Amino acid sequence: MSEPILKVDDLKVHFPVDVGTFFSKKATLKAVDGVSFELHEGEALSVVGESGCGKSTLGRAVLQLLHNTEGQVVWMGENITGYPVKAMRPLRSEMQIIFQDPLASLDPRMTIGEIIAEPLVTHNPEIPKDQVKARVREMMDIVGLLPRMINRYPHEFSGGQCQRIGIARAMILRPKVIVCDEPVSALDVSIQAQIINLLGELQETFGLSLLFISHDLSIVRHISHRVMVIYLGNVMELAEKDALYNAPRHPYTQALISAVPVPDPDKEAHKKRIVLKGDLPSPINPPSGCVFRTRCLYADHQCEQEKPPLTTLNEPTAKGNHQVACHKQAEINSLD
Amino acid sequence: MSLLAKPNDRMAAVLGQQQDVDMEEVAGRSLWQDARIRLMRNKAAVVSMVILAMITLMAIFAPWLSSHPFDEVYWDFIQVAPNVAEGFWFGTDENGRDLFVRTLYGARVSLMVGLVATTVSLIIGVTYGAFAGYMGGRVDNLMMRFVDILYSLPFMFFVIILMVIFGRHIFLIFVALGAVEWLTMARIVRGQTMAIKKKEFIEAAHASGVSTARIIFRHIVPNILGPVIVYMTLTIPQVILTESFLSFLGLGVQEPLTSWGVLISEGAKVMESAPWMLAFPATFLAVTLFCFNFIGDGLRDALDPKDR
Repeated sequence: MSEPILKVDDLKVHFPVDVGTFFSKKATLKAVDGVSFELHEGEALSVVGESGCGKSTLGRAVLQLLHNTEGQVVWMGENITGYPVKAMRPLRSEMQIIFQDPLASLDPRMTIGEIIAEPLVTHNPEIPKDQVKARVREMMDIVGLLPRMINRYPHEFSGGQCQRIGIARAMILRPKVIVCDEPVSALDVSIQAQIINLLGELQETFGLSLLFISHDLSIVRHISHRVMVIYLGNVMELAEKDALYNAPRHPYTQALISAVPVPDPDKEAHKKRIVLKGDLPSPINPPSGCVFRTRCLYADHQCEQEKPPLTTLNEPTAKGNHQVACHKQAEINSLD
Repeated sequence: MSLLAKPNDRMAAVLGQQQDVDMEEVAGRSLWQDARIRLMRNKAAVVSMVILAMITLMAIFAPWLSSHPFDEVYWDFIQVAPNVAEGFWFGTDENGRDLFVRTLYGARVSLMVGLVATTVSLIIGVTYGAFAGYMGGRVDNLMMRFVDILYSLPFMFFVIILMVIFGRHIFLIFVALGAVEWLTMARIVRGQTMAIKKKEFIEAAHASGVSTARIIFRHIVPNILGPVIVYMTLTIPQVILTESFLSFLGLGVQEPLTSWGVLISEGAKVMESAPWMLAFPATFLAVTLFCFNFIGDGLRDALDPKDR
């Protein structure tokens, strides 16, 4: 395979937090704890996990909007870890982000024309105004907004339209990578499909790479090439989409996939569902060994003591590069 | 809407094919326009604005509104009651000067002090507060402790020191008032900035590589202007009052120039023998303060997004 556009190596993001009111002890919240992956050109990699597992933090750390504690982010062969704000600025034209809350991500005091033009004007201040406007109008047309709405304000648009504005802003510089931080979870189901299709089209047309963060497995299945499942800041499983959906290896992934509703009431009623017990443990004080062991059906004392490494399956049945972090994976999957 | 336009249509534009995108642009309605419409529906605020505009115009055109100069002493008319026949509509003061024209000249000084000192406090306070709030952490801590220190200096003491060092000058009053009023403004702006800087549109600007200064002035300041404007309309009367107080103590403007504070102070001394000397300037001051407060209230209601 060609050189990855983005390579993340053992990325850790820890936040210091105060515990207790008075004699406050310093503790660390391990939002992302050793995540590695590669993103290739034109590829859509999805990151799934339940809320609070570090998905969004990972997305922001990749863009260096947050500084990581350890590990590296390598952008087209250049190690951009810990780059100061100024050094990052020229690179920002190549990597963009789309946010979860479409309205909150647009400045309420600016017209959408100004909002969409902002990255362009920031990176290319020499472009004359009429050309900026022409490009904004073109971009609005591409994302499915009427260009004559250019002078309207964000509050005059619906959620789906606001998300299109957000996409237009992210796309105007023709970036190489877009981090989509749950771009559709605040939208209606019918609008979700439109936005997802739009992202898919844009990706094909412009050869974009997407880092698609979501908690909705059915949406992820539609858009991604590969899927990464994370739990408490750790990668549980990373595989090609079909391999992950058809033959999940990690007990957590199996539970997640069994929870996806099937749009057929008969099948839904007879579906075997794996129900996980308990809640997500606190990332301030994660379990020893395998972070998933407290909720795992198969955990034993090995899981308590050793953290399972992310290992590539080398069975003939495994498709592509299928990576799983579980001690018991071989046993579990031979049981069925 | 073309929300459901076929993908091919949309992609066609990318491939350089002509598409009809040159329809007439639709004008948007900004939040400011919404606020203005709401403000215009508020009768008290509108009436206040009209009255204020009248007082301001009268202050500006004072020399042409009366046949008497503001500093001429009429020896035959010392401290006379309002006298329409001679053109002393508000009467004269104890030195035989026309009170009407002096009240309008006093309006000049008082309104000027109010506007200039408030503008100074606005510029310093907004810049300082927004910067401190946006930077956060140690920078914020340092900047706000400096504000706390200035806060704890006794204001009168500060003014007297300024007067002693630089002598009495109207410019000093602007400086002194501006230097004190910006502190509260900075605190308000800092608080608002901290509330807004975690919003996603700020992060979006940051992710686009927009510079810090531009984020502050283009994204943060316009979004906190609502409370700032409201506070400003409440600062103006406060500044006018403080100037009146300084003048009352004899630290304000110098004769023959006057301000409402000076006039009220003189009128208060002869309240029993010449009540008009107190009544007219006091009425003007009170009406102006009322107007500013009503406008402030109106603006607060008009700009409050919870109202919508």
